[in-house]
Amino acid sequence: MAVLRNRTEKAIHWLFLSIAMVSIGILVLIMFFLFNEGLPIFKTVTVQEFVLGHYWYPTDDPADYGIFPLIVASLFVTLLSAVISIPLGVMTAVYLSEIASRRVAELVKPVVELLAALPSVVIGFFGMVLVGPFLQKAFGIPIGLNLFNASLMLAFMSIPTICSIAEDALYSVPNSLREASLALGATELETIVKVIVPAGLSGISTAIILGMSRAIGETMVVLMVAGGAAMLPGSIFDPVRPMPASIASEMAEAPFRGEHYHALFAIGIVLFLFTMAFNLVADQIAQRYKQSGEASL
Amino acid sequence: MLRKTGLLFIALAFLCMGSGAASAERLSINGSTTVLPAAQKLAEAFMKVRPDVTVSVAGGGSGNGIKAIIDGTTHVGNSSRFIRNSEVRMAVEKDTYPVPFRIALDCIVPVVHPGNPVNDLTIDQLRDMYTGKIRNWKEVGGRDMRVVVISRDSSSGTFESWGDLVMNKERVVPSALTVPSNGGLVQAISTTPGAIGYIALGYVNKDVKIVSVDGVMGSEENTISGRYPISRPLFMFTRGWPEGVTLDFINFVFSKKGQEEVKAAGSISVY
Repeated sequence: MAVLRNRTEKAIHWLFLSIAMVSIGILVLIMFFLFNEGLPIFKTVTVQEFVLGHYWYPTDDPADYGIFPLIVASLFVTLLSAVISIPLGVMTAVYLSEIASRRVAELVKPVVELLAALPSVVIGFFGMVLVGPFLQKAFGIPIGLNLFNASLMLAFMSIPTICSIAEDALYSVPNSLREASLALGATELETIVKVIVPAGLSGISTAIILGMSRAIGETMVVLMVAGGAAMLPGSIFDPVRPMPASIASEMAEAPFRGEHYHALFAIGIVLFLFTMAFNLVADQIAQRYKQSGEASL
Repeated sequence: MLRKTGLLFIALAFLCMGSGAASAERLSINGSTTVLPAAQKLAEAFMKVRPDVTVSVAGGGSGNGIKAIIDGTTHVGNSSRFIRNSEVRMAVEKDTYPVPFRIALDCIVPVVHPGNPVNDLTIDQLRDMYTGKIRNWKEVGGRDMRVVVISRDSSSGTFESWGDLVMNKERVVPSALTVPSNGGLVQAISTTPGAIGYIALGYVNKDVKIVSVDGVMGSEENTISGRYPISRPLFMFTRGWPEGVTLDFINFVFSKKGQEEVKAAGSISVY
């Protein structure tokens, strides 16, 4: 009997190990493919010209492959959407887990999660048909498809991510901390600001950074509402062309293994490095503020 | 027992469906969004004549259509421009010989927001707007309003034709908005008062206003007579000389009925 149990244990161990190995293997292969297809462009242009060049004219003869405006566009769009979505997402999470009565929370939470269920193309359409013309009228600007519009739409998309992960983090803060704080005479607000949020900080920062990586990699929305102009934005109401939008709109026609094709994969590499950096930062923060037990606060 | 019979019946039904689909011929068409409306109408009409054939039609841009012909992923590749030398080379390397069929004519018309008072522009003015030299509508006799240049993205055959016929190979200003389809462009123009864009004649609707070029209005008659400067032929490409169903389809496109469908889709028939 004991032998059989031992064997089952071992079998399960190997099963899980091999499943994990398969997924890691697939990831490594995708990375290999990405670099394999992207790196040949650097035979034509130097890394510096590629990353810092100001002109993106991939189909001209001779072509220009400078993605600096695309990088700037991606960063600004992500940053602006962070400014909008972090306060909204985190505060909603605090409200849902600490303040709201159970009935209200049960009503609000599904609504927030419904936002996450909206397909990005629907959000893009909404931004194109409703928000764009509205921005034009409200701010008296010539173009409704711009950086600001794209940031708004991306904020819509990252709020549910940020909110639900942050809420989980706050929810898992041990109750004894709340009780201790209240017992010492702190008000509810003091408890939230000085005890609960710091205790959940590791989870909250992970939530924020995951929300941001979602925003920087999101394609459909920026393709539809960012305007698609490959230039350095002078204001938040200028049209921009973030990296994913370029890849999506041009990959279809780029001749297989041609220069343009390699250039698009090289943009993919840059994008990959950005999201990887985000995730590393998230990991660092999560490690640093890790709440180990109740005594460490 | 009853359950088993039921299962067997379902399995049989699936088998029949499978074999039925296998005997029906398939034809796939892919490419230019300019040719798309005509291709859709042609496909529908063709399926009525030949119910044994299933035709699938997809858009995606001229470059896409030609690429699909080279890669062998479609039977018919639509394009609103002729094949490039580099593409011919690539096809030959893969042992394919794309054959062009000029199935229709089309003209590209500059369009503006319906509220814009400007009615006519010269080719030079259009080029200056697209290279960023003209930045205000005042300079071409319009209101004091910034010109918002809207262009198709680089995978579009319309973009390419515009580059040949208007831009004289000069570059479109980087601040131009780019839109991935004719329909998206109409949407963007209709909501932007200062916008200028260009679309295939078949996509013109009441949300946008056509601007005449050098005093000539973009229309069927002016395109056929050759007076309208921004016109081009539309193509369907096949992999080598068409055979079988593909040949039947191409013949149908050039039949009287087929060319009527081309006309109904807003393009200009070849005869």
